[in-house]
Amino acid sequence: MEIPVLENLEVVYKKPETLTDTPFHYCPGCGHGVAHRVLMEVIDELGIQEETIGVAPVGCSVFAYHYMNIDMQQAAHGRASAAATGIKRVLPEKYVFSYQGDGDLAAIGTAETIHTVNRGENILMVFINNAIYGMTGGQMAPTSLCGQVTSTTPYGRDPAKIGFPLKITELIAQLPGAYFVARHAVHTPNAVRKLKKALRSAFEYQKLNKGTCFIEIVSNCPSGWKLSPLESQKWIEENMFPMYPLGDIKVPGKNITAPSTENN
Amino acid sequence: MENTNKKEVRLMKGNEALAEAAIRAGLHAYFGYPITPQSEILEYFEEQAPKRGFTVLQAESEVASINMIYGAAGAGARVMTSSSSPGVSLMQEGISYIATAELPCLIVNITRGGPGLGTIQPSQGDYFQSVKGGGHGDYKLFVLAPSSVQEMADFVFDAFRVSEKYRIPALILADGALGQMMEKLTLPEEGSLPHVTPEWGTTGKTKDRERNIITSLHIQPEKMEAINHHLQAKYKAIEEAEVRYEEYFMEDAEIVFVAFGLSARICQKAVDIVREKGIKAGLIRPITLFPFPKQIISETANRAVGFMVVEMNAGQMVEDVQLAVNGKCPVYFKGRMGGMIPTPEEIAVALEEKFIHHEEKV
Ligand SMILES: Cc1ncc(C[n+]2csc(CCOP(=O)(O)OP(=O)(O)O)c2C)c(N)n1
Ligand code: SF4
Ligand SMILES: [Mg+2]
Repeated sequence: MEIPVLENLEVVYKKPETLTDTPFHYCPGCGHGVAHRVLMEVIDELGIQEETIGVAPVGCSVFAYHYMNIDMQQAAHGRASAAATGIKRVLPEKYVFSYQGDGDLAAIGTAETIHTVNRGENILMVFINNAIYGMTGGQMAPTSLCGQVTSTTPYGRDPAKIGFPLKITELIAQLPGAYFVARHAVHTPNAVRKLKKALRSAFEYQKLNKGTCFIEIVSNCPSGWKLSPLESQKWIEENMFPMYPLGDIKVPGKNITAPSTENN
Repeated sequence: MENTNKKEVRLMKGNEALAEAAIRAGLHAYFGYPITPQSEILEYFEEQAPKRGFTVLQAESEVASINMIYGAAGAGARVMTSSSSPGVSLMQEGISYIATAELPCLIVNITRGGPGLGTIQPSQGDYFQSVKGGGHGDYKLFVLAPSSVQEMADFVFDAFRVSEKYRIPALILADGALGQMMEKLTLPEEGSLPHVTPEWGTTGKTKDRERNIITSLHIQPEKMEAINHHLQAKYKAIEEAEVRYEEYFMEDAEIVFVAFGLSARICQKAVDIVREKGIKAGLIRPITLFPFPKQIISETANRAVGFMVVEMNAGQMVEDVQLAVNGKCPVYFKGRMGGMIPTPEEIAVALEEKFIHHEEKV
């Protein structure tokens, strides 16, 4: 078949160059892929591919380095922000980010998360909250909702027994070391646009050496939630957003959560 | 500040000598968490860092510090951490990752008596942890055991050199007494260990190369087995090229002490005591615990009457001596535990009991 040659067309949409050609291994409809793409788009647009080092967690995104065409490290479960600290401390001129799930960042890595932010490490922490342990087959996460059925809460999460969902983002926003803290999502094009803007600001802030930027992305796990991708987007809106409302939590200059902790 | 470029004689604590040597060896960054009997290392670095231009960070735990080491070593820097027994236990997962990702670095264990929280007194109870893996999977560290304050300093250079040459984490295993005691030493010269930023480090992907990835994950078993073969071949090369040991009165020795670190120093005295009585005793001191000096022990076993292994533990290195001796002659053990240090006299008595009065074999 003859392939027609298209001329004089404007490119309006393309794969970011900082994303490799490797197909994502994520389940259909999973938010990880979108989050990766947006992150790499921002790196492309800022032209910082050569200056950025990322740290992948243990979780479904353990292979983030297969897709992100930048220098990357894969850290032990929960320790991505410690590894990122190590990198940033010896390469202070570079952009460094960690990318972590809720089990990684808010359960096993809680101490590292809090202390990384408390030191005000000049890195970006990207936090994928899908309220479940995707990689290990759908167990309860610290962020799982009350009543949420998972493979380890077969009768629903009972806060009397196992505690309430951990809003770690609000928690770390209280720390003076946190410079910019926001919660976004990837379930609609509009949400993606807002996330992208926040990620861009976070990288720009990193050059100021003012503290940690922390962006939570409320995401989904259709496989773990046992919902279709579409149902999972609806579930996010109906169940996740009431507990994890979107928007800025702490922005430079305008201290939304804790006026007494202004960082300057 | 005094000129640090000259060789200088100083009176220093083992921990401080080690830290000073690391600075002279061109350390880029140190990450650590306080624990007795090694907190002077972190304190020394904190005090020196602003004057001498390297990075030091007190981490929130040993788990964090070893993972900071992972990140910084992965970024191509010359880095170290230190701790004592319970803290080194906490680091084991990270050490396994570092060994598999083949990141050079120095880990220092100023051992205290265990198990458990134990005591802050000196011990050699972490021999197994140091040479048999410690963490999960089949990996090795390059393990050096100093026995003087001079060696606390000198071995830092050797540790970095071997670590960077083979891309293997190095461990200096010393007990709390070596960390705490003061001795005269000649400080090693600054600038004698040049550092080349490795081409595999995550320093930012430039256009002229593919991206660098630091990982220990290889999900296909065939790939993971190949990685294991690669690691094992490297360990074999290290066993062939990097064994270090010291002999004391071995020319005509019939009865042979084997001891490392502080125990070896005490055994030297014990050799002197029994030699006075006409007993032909000698000492083999393993300096590298991995690679273990098995060949010299095996060769010595062909002519020796027997061995006595002396350790400040329940008997750990003795198993490696037995493997090397391979039944050719008896191997006895004398140990103290829980932070107790044997005296030269009690070691001499133990030797005489086994070899002269022929009490039963262990
Ligand atoms: C020390 C350690 N403990 C447990 C595990 C097993 N494990 C792997 S991923 C994971 C949870 C990941 O969940 P999350 O961080 O939420 O990431 P997601 O897969 O949901 O993106 C666990 C418990 C491990 N790899 N290492
Ligand atoms: S298990 Fe969940 S988080 Fe993991 S790839 Fe599938 S949908 Fe995404
Ligand atoms: Mg998760």
